Amino acid sequence: MDTDGTRDQVYEDGNALGGPLSEIFAVDLTAAVGRCAGCGATGPMARLRVYDRAPGLVARCPDCGRVVLRLVRGPDTAWLDLQGASSLAIPLGPPS
Amino acid sequence: MAIISRGFHGRRPAPGRDLPPGQYEVHDFPVLSAGPTPRVTHEDWKFTLRTETGTEHTWDWARLMEMPGESPTVDLHCVTKWSKFGTRWEGVSLDLLMEGVETAAEFALVHSYGGYTTDLPLEDLLDGKAWIAHRYDGEELAPEHGGPARLLVPHLYLWKSAKWVRGIDLLLDDEPGFWEGLGYHSYGDPWREQRYQGD
Ligand SMILES: [Zn+2]
Repeated sequence: MDTDGTRDQVYEDGNALGGPLSEIFAVDLTAAVGRCAGCGATGPMARLRVYDRAPGLVARCPDCGRVVLRLVRGPDTAWLDLQGASSLAIPLGPPS
Repeated sequence: MAIISRGFHGRRPAPGRDLPPGQYEVHDFPVLSAGPTPRVTHEDWKFTLRTETGTEHTWDWARLMEMPGESPTVDLHCVTKWSKFGTRWEGVSLDLLMEGVETAAEFALVHSYGGYTTDLPLEDLLDGKAWIAHRYDGEELAPEHGGPARLLVPHLYLWKSAKWVRGIDLLLDDEPGFWEGLGYHSYGDPWREQRYQGD
């Protein structure tokens, strides 16, 4: 791994949430617009910074750095924390 | 003709070394991180023990460096299943830092620069089991491995060894940390494979 200590950007963009979240939700949440509970910034989930070299997925607000979403996938349970998202606007088709 | 068995250089640990269940050995030092790497200078670094009554005991870098150090060589076990044998550290024992700290606490909540937290029983920080480590493999601890200083509690999964440590709250009641509050085990003993809640 990096040895010079200069590479700090070890995150991916929020599209990295797509696969793991598709296991839980039927809709694609990366297209949802979320509101950061920390700074109030709104933007598509795909804009989040996802740290996945960790015991779970940690998605942070690109503006204030606070944790918006966390996901841990155990062998038979997934734990999802959305405390850092004060709202999510999820694009859907007409109600069926 | 020399025939060297491939197994000699393979992934099996050296004889006499045991891997906890479900682990494999690595020879590099993987960097795990739940956020950007905090950059804390020695000048700005402080470490605070806060008791359940609110009494604070604070060390700055110079004061930490004046304390007698120890050089533990320990095995690391990460919950993401890698283990690394024989890592060499230098640091100050929590026993020394806790000397003169009056507390009835049974739990500790560890805080890091950057906001990370982890909890464990206070007794797991005592009796030569934990250090504030500031050197690794003969050099200053690099930021990506938790420098200037990290907690080192090698008998538990590595997420308990909080990088960029800034303080420990001593508590009468347990309070879940960053991963313990999201499915991970509250204790995390690698030998009992306590990865997730209920293990
Ligand atoms: Zn924000």
